[in-house]
Amino acid sequence: MSEALNAGLALFVLALAAWMVVARDTFAAVVGFVAYGLLLTLVWVQLHGVDVALTEGAIGGGLTGAMLVAAAARLRRTEAAARAERPGWPTRAAAALLAGGVTAALAVAVLALPVPAPSLAPETAANMGATGVGNPITGVLLAFRAVDTLLETTVVLLALIGVWSLAPDRVWGGRPGPRHRADPNETLAYLARVLPPIGLVVGVYIFWVGADLPGGKFQGASIIAAMWLLAVMAGLSDAPPISRGWLRLALVGGPLVFIAIGAAGVATAGAFLAYPDGLAKLLIKAIEWALLPSLALTLALILAGVPERPAR
Amino acid sequence: MAEFLLAAALFVLAMVALGFVRILRGPGDADRMMAAQLIGTGGIGALLLIGAAMGVGPVVDVALTLALLAAFASVAFFKAVTDGQPDDTGAAERE
Amino acid sequence: MNLADLFTVAAVCAGAFFFLAGSVGLLRFPDALTRLHALTKADNLGLGLVVLGLLPRVDGVLGGLKLVVIWLLALLASAAASQLIARAVKRSEPGA
Repeated sequence: MSEALNAGLALFVLALAAWMVVARDTFAAVVGFVAYGLLLTLVWVQLHGVDVALTEGAIGGGLTGAMLVAAAARLRRTEAAARAERPGWPTRAAAALLAGGVTAALAVAVLALPVPAPSLAPETAANMGATGVGNPITGVLLAFRAVDTLLETTVVLLALIGVWSLAPDRVWGGRPGPRHRADPNETLAYLARVLPPIGLVVGVYIFWVGADLPGGKFQGASIIAAMWLLAVMAGLSDAPPISRGWLRLALVGGPLVFIAIGAAGVATAGAFLAYPDGLAKLLIKAIEWALLPSLALTLALILAGVPERPAR
Repeated sequence: MAEFLLAAALFVLAMVALGFVRILRGPGDADRMMAAQLIGTGGIGALLLIGAAMGVGPVVDVALTLALLAAFASVAFFKAVTDGQPDDTGAAERE
Repeated sequence: MNLADLFTVAAVCAGAFFFLAGSVGLLRFPDALTRLHALTKADNLGLGLVVLGLLPRVDGVLGGLKLVVIWLLALLASAAASQLIARAVKRSEPGA
């Protein structure tokens, strides 16, 4: 029965992907993509990658969906003009060739993978005891491959700086996005009052269980960011001006703690990002606690967008 | 029992796929937006069934996350559609 | 098969039936608002019955509570989303 379910899921995912590529309307393709992300959550569960499923659900179901829907709505004004412009056949042939080539290269790469695939899983499992955490994913992310995680959190911050750099000079340091207004008695405001308290608890819970079960800071942070954005979209809260000192400090706080603990490792354990014996779990938790608010704020501000209004 | 639960998950997924065929065709954006809502409810159902069949507890946390964020894309859609327009429908209903 | 398993089978089957009903509604109903009705009501009843059926299989009160919370959150999300989507439909067809 599991095989039938896998086959059904694969068929569904492929059909939806094909439909998305063929769809001419941007908004239709975006909605297809949101559904596709949710479907991938199921695929990851079937592949026993519950950690990845959680990330896909939190980011694909919440943040990416909202971002793409808003982008498609903004593009709508120019869509008719864009569609009227039909590229000539050489451009289309070149695009088809490029896309076909990339697909073929990917297929060749996947088929050329050695069987069984090389794996570091046994070594990871053998050394998990040293980290003191129960979830091997968290162990890999914050102990064995901590430098990757450090770079990832920095990349998210760089993405935010990239978004901010699109701000016109006169509103630099101002508030991102439009000021949303909504009737305080209508559905949206109601949802934005009821959901965030629950979401905050769930976000911290997903973060908390990350030490021993699937979960972690990225998933928790995206849930918290989504809840804050809900309050902003309902007009209950406003995005802060990006020039605020506390905001800048909160953004870099997490990565700074990460780097500081990593640098301390040079003195105490002999290598950057190495943890002294016995302190590994404590330091991993300290890094995660420091990263959670920074990540939540960074993700929320990336979604909130380019500063559009002066601070006053 | 696990076989039954997986079969039920497959059935629910097949129903979701059937609904997709209709709503992705449109004609309006609202019809298409329902696709996200459909996979939200159906996907959570299938996820819970799969989790119970495999005996993997943390799958419930994935379903919890999906349920929490299920309305999020629809909210963004509503904001995008009504952006910059006075909210007349809500006011008309109350008066 | 004991009584708890029998209950699970019955409730999950009933839930699956409502998912079927919801999808038939989506296929058969003529316009966006009626389709929205099929989507947000039948499917949520289906999900509720699936949750009910899985309740005897959870270990501990906390696990059961989580399942019920998932259903309540799905209900809240569906109710709010159907309102918002319906309002968007209304706005896109003036006079409707």
